[in-house]
Amino acid sequence: MSDHELRVSKIRNGTVIDHVAAGQALNVLTILGIDGSGGESVSVGMNVPSGRLGRKDIVKVEDRELSPSEVDVLSLIAPEATINIVRDYEVVEKNRVERPERVVGVLSCPNHNCITNGDEPVASKFTVLPDGLRCEYCGTFIRESFAGHIDGSRSA
Amino acid sequence: MRHDHLISAAQLSRADIEAVLDRAAEIDDDPATVRERHAGTVLALCFFEPSTRTKMSFDTAMKRLGGETIDMGSVESSSVKKGESLADTVRVIEGYADAMVLRHPSEGSAKMASEFVGVPLVNAGDGAGQHPSQTLLDLYTIRENAGLDDITVGIMGDLKYGRTVHSLSMALTNFDVRQHFVSPESLRLPRSVRYDLHEAGAQVREHEELAGILPELDVLYVTRIQRERFPDEREYREVAGEYQIDPETLDEAKESLTVMHPLPRVDEIDPAVDETPHAQYFEQAHNGVPVRMALLDALLSGGERR
Ligand SMILES: [Zn+2]
Repeated sequence: MSDHELRVSKIRNGTVIDHVAAGQALNVLTILGIDGSGGESVSVGMNVPSGRLGRKDIVKVEDRELSPSEVDVLSLIAPEATINIVRDYEVVEKNRVERPERVVGVLSCPNHNCITNGDEPVASKFTVLPDGLRCEYCGTFIRESFAGHIDGSRSA
Repeated sequence: MRHDHLISAAQLSRADIEAVLDRAAEIDDDPATVRERHAGTVLALCFFEPSTRTKMSFDTAMKRLGGETIDMGSVESSSVKKGESLADTVRVIEGYADAMVLRHPSEGSAKMASEFVGVPLVNAGDGAGQHPSQTLLDLYTIRENAGLDDITVGIMGDLKYGRTVHSLSMALTNFDVRQHFVSPESLRLPRSVRYDLHEAGAQVREHEELAGILPELDVLYVTRIQRERFPDEREYREVAGEYQIDPETLDEAKESLTVMHPLPRVDEIDPAVDETPHAQYFEQAHNGVPVRMALLDALLSGGERR
């Protein structure tokens, strides 16, 4: 993305998630629990040419700054992502995502018989391993397609 | 044992296992030494699915330690049917008892329940997950018959859903044991268990047929292949027949081979095998009481031997 394009799509306050793997933009929104119902103004660019990734997605969320734990979770589906926090049109922080040690309450366990999928007052917990995630309750692995396990019912 | 709860065999070290088995052997030799040791102690038997034997075995163990047991009655008549969460149920029962045994159909249920209670909790089977007290009595039986080091163990049957298998194979990684798994392709060990065995550095091989490895085995642990795992009856019959043991099957085995089974069996071990010196499954079931006495003693004493 050129400076020109960046200028065109500038936001005033909020977060720009750049260098998301092509095709993952909507999953990024789901994992963050952003569906527009919170009134945020969201713009999504898909399959944008990228020097680093070939093609990439980009997500801009107005009036919302991501918390560190939200950023951690993004690393699972967008390991190359950069997070730009914007205030008054200026990028005040630019961070790369980092893999967390565990992910709590964001993904649902793919094992339907896992207790975390029952009606219990317990959040899902996954340990992050080098090649995937593992449910801390039933031991089930998630190796690929994390996005398929995003718990869409989670409130933002 | 240093743990408050026994949730998974993965938390058991070799020292933990040996302490329980040694204690079980002492109790087996002279049950009188522990007769009133836990007088006044109440153990809650929380069985969310039926398991007469495991429940009776814990019941007997607690009573032989001088304590008492309470249970929930049948699941049909309990608050579970009214939609109460497991978390709430165990928090209520915690107020009645000094320790708890939990059998529940969902994987991970024992771990979750243990997060809500302050009394020791023993996982007596969580869905297709773990069954670590069964593993302790299995290990006791193996130790009595073959020792626990420098042996070759075959584990055969439904390895995918067999929680006793998942717990046992993990616990065996504490010892010098070569493990052979024999199952139909569709009932292989789950990926998560294979991963744990690999991480533990286990010596593991997988097979579809018993014949090739039978002569090497010191122990053959047979489990039931459940009919409901198969879409149709004929498919089940084709598979199940391959994994049945009779005296002729065992012609190729070592004379000292120990045959085990967590029971109940259906037809995977021909009753004629019962008459051979290989059969140890009823002895294995009987070992449940002293082993569970030793386990409860360890958990209720908070690791302190008085
Ligand atoms: Zn799970």
